[in-house]
Amino acid sequence: MNAAIDPTLKLLIVDDSNIVRRRVERSQRFDRLRLVGSAANGVEALALFSRTDPDVVTMDLTMPQMDGIECIRRMVAVKPSVRILVISALADKATAIEAMACGANGFLNKPFTERQLNEALAELLR
Amino acid sequence: MLHERELKVFVDGTTHFFEVAAEQPASIGSPYLMGEPLALHEYSGVIEVSGRREGVVCFTAPKTMLAVMLMKMHETDFGHETMRDLVGEVANTISGNARRNFGNDFRISPPHVLCGDTPPIEPRPGARTFVIPIHWRSHSAKLVVALS
Repeated sequence: MNAAIDPTLKLLIVDDSNIVRRRVERSQRFDRLRLVGSAANGVEALALFSRTDPDVVTMDLTMPQMDGIECIRRMVAVKPSVRILVISALADKATAIEAMACGANGFLNKPFTERQLNEALAELLR
Repeated sequence: MLHERELKVFVDGTTHFFEVAAEQPASIGSPYLMGEPLALHEYSGVIEVSGRREGVVCFTAPKTMLAVMLMKMHETDFGHETMRDLVGEVANTISGNARRNFGNDFRISPPHVLCGDTPPIEPRPGARTFVIPIHWRSHSAKLVVALS
């Protein structure tokens, strides 16, 4: 398919929890998002990022090997237009501010309902 | 000594997970002080706390309870890794809630998961260890808060 006429945005899911990755994969917003990859840690995520060039990333913060904040920094350095939704249980203000300062565009607390996820993704895509 | 409001933060973090992720609130039983070693259920998520308090917080649950929670979460994989994942996520939520409420006074480790035949939790010397039963549907888990 020609990327220029593809109406969907490419989605990369980054989370060390299989359950969370699958929940995001099932998101109803998939009419606008096309899954291009899932990663369980920051290192894997960066490799997939350069291979798949996603437009949207959902990002956990606490992960083995490389944490989400560092991963966001590196992704934004490569592609400043990427839209990143942080999905994390670390919902204190300082963490949220740090993530946003590094280039994240939204923050969703874990645990989340399907509705909260869809609303957060809709906000991100607006 | 651990204050009641501090204990409540850990309890609220646990019940919040059930209410949001498993779409049905959990109720808590009467907390009691652990006087002798406590056997863990099949899966446990543990966080270590340091700073103003020192010790561990552990959520331990039977496999049957986790399986029903996964069903409520529309999961179709009920394997060992998914069970591990789930108790890790509960512990993660407890950790996040504590961090939000206590700030930098408490340093909280990322959760680690114990499963299978693990030794019972021993009462911590010099600390009062609280056990809080967590009831959800027909199942029961335990939250153990051992902080000095």
